[in-house]
Amino acid sequence: MQIDKKTSPDQVQERSKPKKGMPLAAQIVVWLAILAILGLVAVGLARTQQGNVQIGDQIPDFTLKFFDGYTYDGKSELKLSDLKGKVVVLNFWASWCIPCEDEAAELESSWRYYQDAGQVVFIGVDYVDTEPEARGYLTKFDITYPNGPDLATKISQLFRIKGVPETYFIDKDGKLAYTQIGPFSTEAQIHNIIDGLLAK
Amino acid sequence: MKNPLIKLAVLAFFFGAAMGITSTVSAQEPMPSDNEVNAIARDLFCPVCENTPLDVCATQACAQWRELIRLKLSEGWNEDQIKQYFVDQYGARVLSEPPKQGLFWLVYVIPPILIFIGVIIFIKALRNIRAIEKEEMALEQTANEPDEYMSKIEEELKGLKNANR
Repeated sequence: MQIDKKTSPDQVQERSKPKKGMPLAAQIVVWLAILAILGLVAVGLARTQQGNVQIGDQIPDFTLKFFDGYTYDGKSELKLSDLKGKVVVLNFWASWCIPCEDEAAELESSWRYYQDAGQVVFIGVDYVDTEPEARGYLTKFDITYPNGPDLATKISQLFRIKGVPETYFIDKDGKLAYTQIGPFSTEAQIHNIIDGLLAK
Repeated sequence: MKNPLIKLAVLAFFFGAAMGITSTVSAQEPMPSDNEVNAIARDLFCPVCENTPLDVCATQACAQWRELIRLKLSEGWNEDQIKQYFVDQYGARVLSEPPKQGLFWLVYVIPPILIFIGVIIFIKALRNIRAIEKEEMALEQTANEPDEYMSKIEEELKGLKNANR
């Protein structure tokens, strides 16, 4: 007769006793830290997945300091909130961007068309560019509307742009009305959008 | 050279020659080499071409950035000044190593914390496994040891069987 002593009731009880582990406070801290990290990762991923600013969104205020020689209303910088009541055409470009060259003349021509009426403001935002080349580009296309560098890429991050050229039409209430991804093919295309916004 | 005019002419000649030599020297100052430019460029990332260091990035934007580094170097800027210029112009995300400030601290703090937590969990799991193994070995040893009480019972049972026969 053989008696198995391996799993006697006393020993089973002994084994199932809760083991001494990490203190509860430490466990809570660890879990909170893990949740915080996951939260940060989730926010980062959500921001990456988020597309451009949506039509109808109120555009947050920003300030653009112009390149030397450019002014608007006699000032060397511009605050978007100062342009309420006007239609704003905000164009992101760069000197290294070939498609930007395709629309440069159309944008400048449109600006000259609307400039005198004072109801429309064109703004050029130079994205991730080097100043000598940017200045060369502005001279080459004789661009006269206010232009400035996107310092620390703050404005492009605000609009969550995916590339250049991208143009944003902001209505008189400061809300995004239309987005053009890629270059305009004709000047009429720009006029149609602006005229529609002016008519509202 | 008693004539003051001749003296003046000679002086003017030497002065002019000296100026000529100086300007020749400054004109012949070599432009920073590609290696010097790339030594800085490899620590920078252009936001347009993510994950590609500036020194190996082939786009027009990156080429312009490298030329800008060359220009700044030729103007006597040092590496830190150039990097700071790029941060001011394009944001801290252009740096391969984020600055140790603000939220960027998380980049430096989180990985060691995660590794620390991982090591603790690993050590604890290892200890548990060893404890269970020890426990099982102890039990096996106990089971193999001759038990006087059991031997006595078995002997008595044998005796009973023999008696019944």
